[in-house]
Amino acid sequence: MIPALAVILLFQLGGEALSRGLGLPVPGPVIGMVALVAAFAASPRLAALVRPVAQGLLAHLSLLFVPAGVGVVAHLPLLREAGGALLAALLLSTILAIAAGALTFVAVARLTGDAADD
Amino acid sequence: MTDPAPIWSYLSREPLLWLTATLVAYTIADTVSRATGRAPLANPVLIAVILLALLLGVTGTPYTTYFEGAQFVHFMLGPATVALAAPLYGNLARVRRSALPMLAALLAGSVTAVASALAVAAALGVPAPVLASLAPKSTTAPVAIGIAEALGGQPTLTAVLVLLTGIIGAVVATPLLNLLRIGDWRARGFAVGVAAHGIGTARAFQVHETAGAFAGIGMGLNAVLTALIAPWVLGWFG
Repeated sequence: MIPALAVILLFQLGGEALSRGLGLPVPGPVIGMVALVAAFAASPRLAALVRPVAQGLLAHLSLLFVPAGVGVVAHLPLLREAGGALLAALLLSTILAIAAGALTFVAVARLTGDAADD
Repeated sequence: MTDPAPIWSYLSREPLLWLTATLVAYTIADTVSRATGRAPLANPVLIAVILLALLLGVTGTPYTTYFEGAQFVHFMLGPATVALAAPLYGNLARVRRSALPMLAALLAGSVTAVASALAVAAALGVPAPVLASLAPKSTTAPVAIGIAEALGGQPTLTAVLVLLTGIIGAVVATPLLNLLRIGDWRARGFAVGVAAHGIGTARAFQVHETAGAFAGIGMGLNAVLTALIAPWVLGWFG
């Protein structure tokens, strides 16, 4: 478990250093994630080492989100004022994004002759 | 029994109390969510946040004090983002096979999510600084928080907006996709993962195995794409 965690933290550290060092708009952990996919592809042994710990972390992803979510208490005045507008924005944009994504997928799959496999 | 006031004043300043409260609140919330058969509206994060917000209100505890304890949990968001590499790598063969439809759907879904949210919010008079917190709302929480920080938004506000987006996506996805007569589980799952991240992905897994796998891929790819396009789209509304 500890070696796998060390690998994950090393990739985060590397991503963080790259993101800040080069002033990139992409967050450090995202760079770390992309680099780790590449590293897994290069070394299946590394993938086998890290996978169980990664899955353990992701199984509790919802919990990790709670501390930031509680921050809502700091934004109650804003939500009282703009809550309706924000909710409308979230509702409309989520509906449009799901529709746009699914319709585009089906259209391009038809064009490229890539049929569903089930 | 000694006077409880000094004990409280000690505990309320130490990280232990609020770290414990966070884990206990989440355990309660997860139990409730399981009892309702994982109904989208009984989201465990939403329930835990409400419980803790009420507790902070009742005890008069400022958020900064709470966060001193909760930051240990919060810290793990970064490693969890890196850990998303595992499911992405596991699905690499599928990504290669349906690369073109996925890439097109990713672009369409991701740009639509950011641009339409910002357009509606701006039109309804939401102040400009809030838009930076709204832009990454369709990406998975740890990434969204990172993007919001990079854009000058408020991570805590982003967390709430991300959470609500996921719940909305989980609730509307099935009726919406049925209405559009889309029967391809890959397309259905992928679109939900792009638009409504982990909560949408969890919902997709409940509906269909293939939809869930593709939702996970959509979530992972959109985390990368939104980090790239959000600053650019936000510029249209600046």
